[in-house]
Amino acid sequence: MLTWLQHKDYPEFWKKYQSHFKNKTEYNLNTARFVVFDTETTGLNRKIDRILSIGAISTIGNTMDVADSLEIYLQQDMFNSETVEIHGILKEGNTTKYEEKEALIQFLDYVKNAILVAHHAAFDISMINECLARQNLPKLKNKVLDTGLLFKKTNLSSIYKDKLYSLDELCKLFGIKKHDRHTASGDAYLTGIVFLKIIGELSKTRKTTLKSLFNNPNRRGLL
Amino acid sequence: MKNTIAERIFDFLKDYPPFYVLPKEELYTVSKNVKVVYLQKDQHVFKTDEKIHDHFYVVKDGAVGIFREQDHTLVDECDEGDIFGLRALIRKGNYILSAKAIEESILYSISSELLEKVINTNAKANKYLLESFVANIRNPYSTKNKDSLFTQVEGLQKKESHLTEVQSVQYSKNPITCSSNTTIQEAAQIMSSNRIGSIVITKKEKPLGIITDKDLRNKIATGQFSIQEAVKRLMSSPVITYPKNITIAEAQIAMLQHSISHLCITTDGTLNSKLVGILSEHDIVVIHGNNPSVLIKEVKRSKTDKDLKYIRKKTQQLLEGYIAQNVPIFFISKIISAINEAITKKTISIAIEEMDTPPPTEFSWLAIGSQGRKEQLLLTDQDNALVFDNLSKEKYAQTKNYFLSLADKVTKKLNTIGFEFCPANMMASNPRWCLSLDEWKQQFNNWITKPDEDKIMLCTIFFDYNLMYGNKDIVNEMSESIFESIGSYTIFLNFLGLNALKNPPPLSFFRQFLVEHSGEHKDQFDIKARALMPLVDAARLLILSHAIKDFNNTVLRFEKLAEIEPQNKDLYDSCINAFKTLLQFRTQQGLQQDNSGRFIDLKSLNKTDRLKLKRCFKPIKDIQELIRVRFNLSQIL
Repeated sequence: MLTWLQHKDYPEFWKKYQSHFKNKTEYNLNTARFVVFDTETTGLNRKIDRILSIGAISTIGNTMDVADSLEIYLQQDMFNSETVEIHGILKEGNTTKYEEKEALIQFLDYVKNAILVAHHAAFDISMINECLARQNLPKLKNKVLDTGLLFKKTNLSSIYKDKLYSLDELCKLFGIKKHDRHTASGDAYLTGIVFLKIIGELSKTRKTTLKSLFNNPNRRGLL
Repeated sequence: MKNTIAERIFDFLKDYPPFYVLPKEELYTVSKNVKVVYLQKDQHVFKTDEKIHDHFYVVKDGAVGIFREQDHTLVDECDEGDIFGLRALIRKGNYILSAKAIEESILYSISSELLEKVINTNAKANKYLLESFVANIRNPYSTKNKDSLFTQVEGLQKKESHLTEVQSVQYSKNPITCSSNTTIQEAAQIMSSNRIGSIVITKKEKPLGIITDKDLRNKIATGQFSIQEAVKRLMSSPVITYPKNITIAEAQIAMLQHSISHLCITTDGTLNSKLVGILSEHDIVVIHGNNPSVLIKEVKRSKTDKDLKYIRKKTQQLLEGYIAQNVPIFFISKIISAINEAITKKTISIAIEEMDTPPPTEFSWLAIGSQGRKEQLLLTDQDNALVFDNLSKEKYAQTKNYFLSLADKVTKKLNTIGFEFCPANMMASNPRWCLSLDEWKQQFNNWITKPDEDKIMLCTIFFDYNLMYGNKDIVNEMSESIFESIGSYTIFLNFLGLNALKNPPPLSFFRQFLVEHSGEHKDQFDIKARALMPLVDAARLLILSHAIKDFNNTVLRFEKLAEIEPQNKDLYDSCINAFKTLLQFRTQQGLQQDNSGRFIDLKSLNKTDRLKLKRCFKPIKDIQELIRVRFNLSQIL
């Protein structure tokens, strides 16, 4: 009863987002929609720091679709939100900046029930969850994959089992030319390529399914 | 909304044809709708007989091979900036070839629908795409230099007019017609008495419909229609019409799009004007294949140097036309060499007639160097030699004098015709290169067993000989003697190997072109010495090491090598591709600058061309490495 009441309080955009998860279609590695994303933030403290921008691109099978991508910049001047109310949208250069809530609306509308992919995903996810919390909303419902952890499943990483690989290191390892590093969209794109290469690498040696991606790499016996 | 990824894709595409002709906004729209495809090595993009995708592809990173499935032939290799899968633009049918990643690759896939919208408003881009598509279907073997087409699109119209001058017919100008009430039987009789494969049904001289052999086969022989019925029941109608100035490319596209084999040519290009001709698929084949034979026939008919000079000039125009239409370079070089050979033959026979007496003994006229390898496309200088049969000492002086004066005549005539004298005097008129069979054998034996730098250099020129005129047995005996000498003195091959490595791969450590440091051609790239010769030398060395005769052409030599050493097939194939591309480059340069095309001003090349050129250098590096290892040259070096 209580949860039902709570549900009712949620804004339309959240309900719409939630509804995507009622779709019970079975997806496999070639049909599932992945959204590879990255956030740029003011710092690494999830409580204090804020998201500056979100970049995301969708991937189905071995194809990233530029037409299905998202690039949003967030209004930072928290205490000046009144001026935003007045001017509506603040312009700086050519980039439109959005209020946190509007950015969330766009993000949720965009990701739907896709599987989220990010490098060191825990941080990006928690930053989004903090935004959601500030809007009195629950956490993201999407499944999440971390390219940092996925990489550890490949044979390439076996030498340094406990090492944490940065996106830069992975790009170097995979021979990816870096563009627009440290912009959310640029990093999302690079993460996307890394993601596809990891899947490719994994499929080389063993049968890789959507499910196997979510297995914990540390459970691989005592190897 | 800002779109960083699309901007990056835009930055990439804008350097390549046909995208660089698109206005900024249009290209940005295209970029925003690109799909980025990741391929592992050996993963297919599409396979033969697969239904056409609604996308075509641009290679961003890596390389994609286009294969003919039946025999797994690599038809083309696409890398950075190359477009493939353009068949998607005709939106019909299935892929004819397969596309597979040769190495790990990233592709940009672009919706054909979107691009169609764009190119409909952009004639330049449209033309480029259609032309390269046609270039692909015309000959799926060489599409290496696809985008060179684009740079020449402007000049195309002009050059085609040269071509038509060479061509006898473009389409059948007196189409056979009948009225719509003619019976099928009568129509078929008209067709067979005129030996034609189609008949146009007209009304007041305007085309109504068409009947082809195929209709008779499919609709009459099967009993679907009686032969007594009127043709109007059987004919395909309406017909596809075009104006007189239709280009070959347009015609091919039209036939493909409508799956037909005949186009009607009318005065104004519509159904409502007078029928003036019929263009059949066969005519197109003829246009592509028949000109050279017309020229060769003319050579045979000609009586004076002047006639030959005129034909040689026409050959040059034919060459320009071929290059402009992106006809595969190997095909071009075969044709041009055949014509040059015919001209040389004719010249020699004219010269012999002018001599007071017939030749006192058997002899052979040899083309040497690039002419001998049949790789001479532009009007470079003549290199030739003469060998005459052995004879008694008493007669020697007289005979040699006879052949020297004959050679003098021939070389002078060739000079008039357009093959300039060789500045190094490597001509049959030089007493050093006009010798008896035994003298040649001794000379070759001397070069092989006592090699020094000069002699090795002479070997590289004289070993590539080709009989132009005269006795074949003499030449065979000479070849055998060479192989005998090499067989008895194998270290010669190591010396030849050293020579083949004389010119290192043309890229510096920092992947910059090595250019000439001084002299007249300072800062220009010597495509002959730095890129073509290393491949030519390598092919010659390797084929000699296998003691194989009669393979004097670099491409043929590499093909033969690939056959003998299947383990190195990939390398040899890439050498062939590189060689063809380089030859095409040189020919284009030569045509543009009206010289031998040897030196290329790198600044005059666009980025794509520079990349294409650079790409040819890897095989050079690899083949030199192979030679270094196989002939143990690191020890000698």
